[in-house]
Amino acid sequence: MTAELSNPLALIAELTHRCPLHCVYCSNPLELQARSDELSTEVWSRVFNEAAEAGVLQADFTGGEPLARTDIVDLIRAARAAGLYVNLITSGLPMDEAKLAALVEAGLDHIQLSFQGAREDTANEISGTKSHAHKLRVLEWVKQHRVALTLNFVIHRRNIDQLEEMVTLAGSSSATRIEFASVQYYGWAFANRESLMPTREQVNDSVEIIKREQERLRGKIRVEFVVPDYYAKYPKPCMGGWGRKLMLITPGGDALPCHAAQVIPGLAFENVKDRGLREIWEQSAAFQKFRGENWMQEPCRTCDRRELDFGGCRCQALLLAGDASATDPVCSLAPLRPKVDAILAGINTAPSPQVFVKPSWLYRPNPA
Amino acid sequence: MNPEMHARPRLAPGCRLSESTASRSPSGKSQQPRILLMPERALRLNGPSLEIVERCDGKHTVQQIILDLQNIYSKAEPQKVESDILGYLALLHERRALDFG
Repeated sequence: MTAELSNPLALIAELTHRCPLHCVYCSNPLELQARSDELSTEVWSRVFNEAAEAGVLQADFTGGEPLARTDIVDLIRAARAAGLYVNLITSGLPMDEAKLAALVEAGLDHIQLSFQGAREDTANEISGTKSHAHKLRVLEWVKQHRVALTLNFVIHRRNIDQLEEMVTLAGSSSATRIEFASVQYYGWAFANRESLMPTREQVNDSVEIIKREQERLRGKIRVEFVVPDYYAKYPKPCMGGWGRKLMLITPGGDALPCHAAQVIPGLAFENVKDRGLREIWEQSAAFQKFRGENWMQEPCRTCDRRELDFGGCRCQALLLAGDASATDPVCSLAPLRPKVDAILAGINTAPSPQVFVKPSWLYRPNPA
Repeated sequence: MNPEMHARPRLAPGCRLSESTASRSPSGKSQQPRILLMPERALRLNGPSLEIVERCDGKHTVQQIILDLQNIYSKAEPQKVESDILGYLALLHERRALDFG
């Protein structure tokens, strides 16, 4: 297996779980890591070098809020010096003009700025904090710099009707890319699923709008859309396949095949403080576990699509089927697809699934 | 949309070629593949695609890029070289890797 193993292409560096926002769909695990457990600048710098040597091209700095790290400028410089392309995935909240200039000067390639909606009231409700107005200021500052900008909107029932306003917002900025990412239901989003899942009618409308905007903005802004997979016919090729392209490092240094892998019982994760990155990639049990096809059950094992979607998402299989080796239940061929249909039926027959009543959100707190 | 001949294409912000350690042959051809890094993507370039992107520096005009490549690939039909280059530049522009200054 090792002989035909490909290199990891991107390193997702979760620099911290600290964050000024409390988004109700946060992709961080329910058990957040404390500041005192975070890796030092020196260890991260070593990890960037090891990543580049292992073939990684891009580093995605994320969190939490990566700008909560006081050494963020040094970390960017270290990743660039290692030869990596540096993406900063940020809420923009701890940003000011001087900080932005320092990040760009250190070699930052690309800023992915998250918005929680196109309107201030929605955005502030979803993030559990007053954040929207500051993000608009950040957009103006970014115009002064030569750096790529993506606007990222996480899409769900309460903001999916604002897609056109979101495009307008992006059009007034220097963004060359918009990412509409439907909420993925793990961790905090799984807990808030009943309030976040869009209706079928909303999803159908949004697909039309996206198609139209992609055509209209061709050559100006790339519009990318990740469909809500509960409504899809086939599952997403989660992470491009388990242990095939991506590695995620938690704030404390655990190396994971994906954001949510810690929900899968029985997986032991190795730590970059103890072992080199390439060794972990090639040899650690957690990365081997669902690599290739040997772990697959029917119908995946003999399915023509198994090299397209790799059986879907292991964490979703665990959450919905209770078995991480099962076919992702969102797949129309999965034995447990009726369970997903029942969830959707509940969402779509609810008397008024829209915006009149504010849901009782479970907000993500801050770690110690 | 094909670019104008007098346009000076330049890699868009956040798009850059990976560092090169390679030397060049006497003909001026690049020796090793390089990677065009861009938001959420990477393209492996070699041969003509690399020769084109290396000249997207905001100084060369489209016309100059065409003439350069027609010289380097002198055995290829000049008209074919031109149409391939125009198509490739348009593709990179659509992917937002290129601005036409």
